[in-house]
Amino acid sequence: MQPLPKWADATLVPLLSILIAFAISGVVILAIGKDPVEATKVMVTGALGSTYGWGYTLYYATSFTFTGLAVAVAFHAGLFNIGGEGQATLGGLGVALVLLHMAWPHWSLALLAAMAGAMAFGAAWALLPAWLQARRGSHIVITTIMFNFIAAALLNYILVNVLRPTGQMDPATARFAADLALPKLHEMLGWLGIPFARRTPANLGLVVALAAAVLVWGLLWHTRLGFQLRAFGKSEPAARYAGISPVRVTLYAMLISGALAGLMAVNTVMGEQQRLVMNAAGGAGFIGIAVALMGRSHPLGVVLAALLFGFLYQGGAEMAIWMQIPRELIVVIQALVILFTGALDNMVRMPVAWAFRLLRGGR
Amino acid sequence: MTLLQKILGAAAACALSAGAALANPGLVIDMGGKFDKSFNEAAWNGAERWKRETGGSYRDIEMQDEAQREQFVRRMAEAGSNPIVVLGFQNMATLEVVAPDYPETTFALIDGVVDLPNVRSIIFAEHEGSYLVGMLAALASKTGTVGFVGGMDVPLIRKFACGYAQGVKAVNPDARIIANFTGSTPAAWNDPVRGGEIAKSQISQGADVVYAAAGGTGIGVLQAAADAGVYSIGVDSNQNHLHPGSVLTSMLKRVDNATYEVFMAGPAVETGIVVMGLANGGVDYALDEHNAALISAEMQAAVDAAKAEIIAGTRMVHDYMSDDTCPALTF
Amino acid sequence: MDLAVIGGGPAAAAPRPPAIELRGISKAFGSVQANRNISIRVERGTIHGIVGENGAGKSTLMSILYGFYRADAGEILIDGRPTPIPDSQAAIRAGIGMVFQHFKLVENFTVLENIVLGAEEGHLLAPSLAKARRALTALAHDHELQVDPDAVVEELSVGHQQRVEILKALYRKAEILILDEPTGVLTPAEADHLFRILANLRAEGKTIILITHKLREIMAATDRVSVMRRGEMVATRRTAETSPEELAELMVGRKVLLQVEKGPARPGPAVLEVENLRVRDTRGVERLKGVSFTVRAGEILGIAGVAGNGQSELLEVLGGFAAGQGRVRLNGVALDLTGRRSDGQTRRAAGIAHVPEDRQRLGLIMDFAAWENIAFGYHHDPAYQRNRLVMDNAAVLAATRGKLARFDVRPPDPWLAARNFSGGNQQKLVLAREIERDPELLLVGQPTRGVDIGAVEFIHRRLIALRDAGRAILLVSVELDEILGLADRIAVMFDGRIMGERDPAETDERELGLLMAGVVPGARNGAA
Repeated sequence: MQPLPKWADATLVPLLSILIAFAISGVVILAIGKDPVEATKVMVTGALGSTYGWGYTLYYATSFTFTGLAVAVAFHAGLFNIGGEGQATLGGLGVALVLLHMAWPHWSLALLAAMAGAMAFGAAWALLPAWLQARRGSHIVITTIMFNFIAAALLNYILVNVLRPTGQMDPATARFAADLALPKLHEMLGWLGIPFARRTPANLGLVVALAAAVLVWGLLWHTRLGFQLRAFGKSEPAARYAGISPVRVTLYAMLISGALAGLMAVNTVMGEQQRLVMNAAGGAGFIGIAVALMGRSHPLGVVLAALLFGFLYQGGAEMAIWMQIPRELIVVIQALVILFTGALDNMVRMPVAWAFRLLRGGR
Repeated sequence: MTLLQKILGAAAACALSAGAALANPGLVIDMGGKFDKSFNEAAWNGAERWKRETGGSYRDIEMQDEAQREQFVRRMAEAGSNPIVVLGFQNMATLEVVAPDYPETTFALIDGVVDLPNVRSIIFAEHEGSYLVGMLAALASKTGTVGFVGGMDVPLIRKFACGYAQGVKAVNPDARIIANFTGSTPAAWNDPVRGGEIAKSQISQGADVVYAAAGGTGIGVLQAAADAGVYSIGVDSNQNHLHPGSVLTSMLKRVDNATYEVFMAGPAVETGIVVMGLANGGVDYALDEHNAALISAEMQAAVDAAKAEIIAGTRMVHDYMSDDTCPALTF
Repeated sequence: MDLAVIGGGPAAAAPRPPAIELRGISKAFGSVQANRNISIRVERGTIHGIVGENGAGKSTLMSILYGFYRADAGEILIDGRPTPIPDSQAAIRAGIGMVFQHFKLVENFTVLENIVLGAEEGHLLAPSLAKARRALTALAHDHELQVDPDAVVEELSVGHQQRVEILKALYRKAEILILDEPTGVLTPAEADHLFRILANLRAEGKTIILITHKLREIMAATDRVSVMRRGEMVATRRTAETSPEELAELMVGRKVLLQVEKGPARPGPAVLEVENLRVRDTRGVERLKGVSFTVRAGEILGIAGVAGNGQSELLEVLGGFAAGQGRVRLNGVALDLTGRRSDGQTRRAAGIAHVPEDRQRLGLIMDFAAWENIAFGYHHDPAYQRNRLVMDNAAVLAATRGKLARFDVRPPDPWLAARNFSGGNQQKLVLAREIERDPELLLVGQPTRGVDIGAVEFIHRRLIALRDAGRAILLVSVELDEILGLADRIAVMFDGRIMGERDPAETDERELGLLMAGVVPGARNGAA
């Protein structure tokens, strides 16, 4: 069977998937007695129609970029890391420990340290599942999923019993020192003289995420490690023939993946919440799977897919506020997009491939 | 005119008229969801009651993500809602940041304290109410073993457990209290299956009264107790009707009243800390036709006496959250 | 439709319409024209061979005939009647049976269950099975197709599995039997048996289409032969009136040397010494049971044998990616066999290059571009690094361009993914990577499996050239012709043992065939 042209596979298929998902969502919205056209307008203007909307869209997109990259790197090594959520949670712990227990003269130093902490904790949380897979053959899907629960329980214990200031009801850490706050996007753009809405959570983490995307691209296609990682992911027997150690590649891939997932905490914990709360990862670890799938595990694709999901998140929130559409429905719409772009990919690809064959045959 | 312009215009218009009697109240619901048969739903019921009685309308919104805490409260304020009831202790930090930006809007936080001039902080003396149902549990128990099923393991729920344990020990110093928590994530508020399993386990260890302070999870606890033919105690709303004859009583936490009062009072509602305790009917134990047969006159007399002493200040119930310790229970 | 009006070929005057006639079949995949205006007549009661290089369009044509693809143009006539074949059920109804190269049997079902599968009658299985058992006994008796109906398929030898496939087709009342490369996995004796079966079926009036690349089999077994090249049917000959040389030339489009030209070997000192090598697979089954041999510099040691008798394990353990026990020395230095201090990388560093048996599974990353595959396995080569961290992709690309040109890989596009090269060109990619390392020892498995005749010639010449440069080569092949043509000494493997070593000048296919079946002929016991 003749494959689709690359451009069609990368753009047409996801675009059609999204359109179908939105069409079905429209029917659902109609069914609960709301106006789908209006809902779409609210969604688009709410997420993209103002710098305020962009601020939130970009903030979510930043988180999804980190987790999407994490999943993508593991994908390239043939590993399905479902543990992004837990690794991001632990990354948050790393950030909090670094920022709470050490004095930092300037936020930029604190950022470097927080990144190191986030990556170290996220990577550490991925290490054990990776080791179990490499050495003991325990399937990484199972172990990473389980480690999400363990991470939630561990964080809960630490917040309630260790890091929570006495007397505070909220299971959260104290606030970080105010001067360690990352510059917000409106401040950064302000330096360039570009006006941008204040009070949006978008922050310097966005730049870190984009840098991470570039580094991941370099890693995958310009380093020996990336070469071995991709070779191993494409064919384990061939990798063994070439003398690529499955154990080493599995460990490295998962460490990098975990570190990337952990980095998400720089955006959320350090950039926005300014303290570590329960559920700080907020499901971004799972969204990362859809983002990586949709972005075809390419860093650029991941960034674009993350932007789409950021749009869905922010647009969905606006829809909930202004249209009084219940949040369950927002989740339905997001799920439809994931379903169509991730799981039902071939349902769209096959008719498209068929259409292409018709077109070619007609020439 | 684009929709965005409309929205911005509306927001601006509302901002101008903020504080005016025309403003509609708003309700910001935390991540557990509107229909949890417990805390959030109680608040929603209060809002609905206000709507029925006054014919007014209000705006409500449910959060899904940590980043939406600030966003939604701000959006609600910008939409002109006033006053705004915000549910859940996890929004303390949210209001600390957001409320100063909207001085003309009055916020009411339920279950947490924020010391700002335009915030009404409503907290409940859950330990007092739990103390009373703990006494009833000990009085009704034949085995001398009672259970407690908490939702998420957080200080607030330990406050429930601690008050309950003190009540039990006040009646029967030798009683055994089995306390378990459903989980460590917010999902623990809405996991009736797991709640049922925990209750069954406690029952098999000899507990014949089980107190559920676990939001939607409690539904499973009450069901398990009814199935096993032992007593259960509901929470927040009056849940006596769910399994008449099995639900011994319910620890009422009148979130609905708190919400209703704020909505009724409007933007001019009094700010500052409001403690809803036994004295002002904020917490209580439930007695109605569904459990009248289960509470004997002696039991009622004992509990009412304790209630009077607590109100009078002659009987002290320790608040776990005051120092993170509990004299009657170890976690 | 009056055939006489249309027919113009040599067999147009046949008294009965041909069993199958294809007229003007064309099929394109995107821009690739896999079949172009193909017409062919297959007479009833004959064995008709179809030969052609890989990618010539044989498989596409047969897939159209079996209903897997639909032709863009053209028509199929069965017994002179136009018969559309939209799916394989229609093909079965039209009396066409197919025996695939890779058997389509349910491994953990019995023979009987496999035969009934898809042809059950009614909802209850028992009557179908009973009926099949009677039919099977009759068929087996008539056609030398004895198999135990209650044996589980995975426990049968490949030869017997193939019989099950044939029985399956016959049970479905096939009048026309298509066999795709049927002898690839058989011993010479099993292959002979197969051809006897086919001759029997022909005698009964069945029609057989035999697809193979082995010209010897074509010459021995068929009545007519058609040659395909680049999607077109270039010629049909009566087998008796053609020769292997003519067929090869028709297939490739130019003169081809079928015989390898080589001078005598000038063996030097021993390079590889293997003593009592044993390997167990993951299930604990011993696959190599104490193998010993020596390969000297400047010679090719050929390992003959039917696939699955330990050759793969031998290559894997020498290549460093399987563990074994015993002693292996390279130029006198012991190699680690435990896998703890060795892998494919240390073997390469020691001077062992490896062209694996299965280039698609092991030798190449099929989704990688040609240039990435050239770096594959040698990604630590300092020439391919820009600095300690970053690989020098430009250097790899430049090296690849040179290799593609020197090894005549087509198309010479370093960015093309390995999967988009033909089998022969894929193999040239692997050879270009391994041979140009100028290794002390080259391990080669099935160097020409699935490779076009034109490329076979090229590959053989490169191997001889490496030998003449004084390098040691261990050649594993299931193709006896290849072993006989290339090797300077031949060792035959059977059931994890070396049954004997022979000088190619002093042995023949018959003797090697017996050794491959585990029989040591005469008193000359050469078992190691």
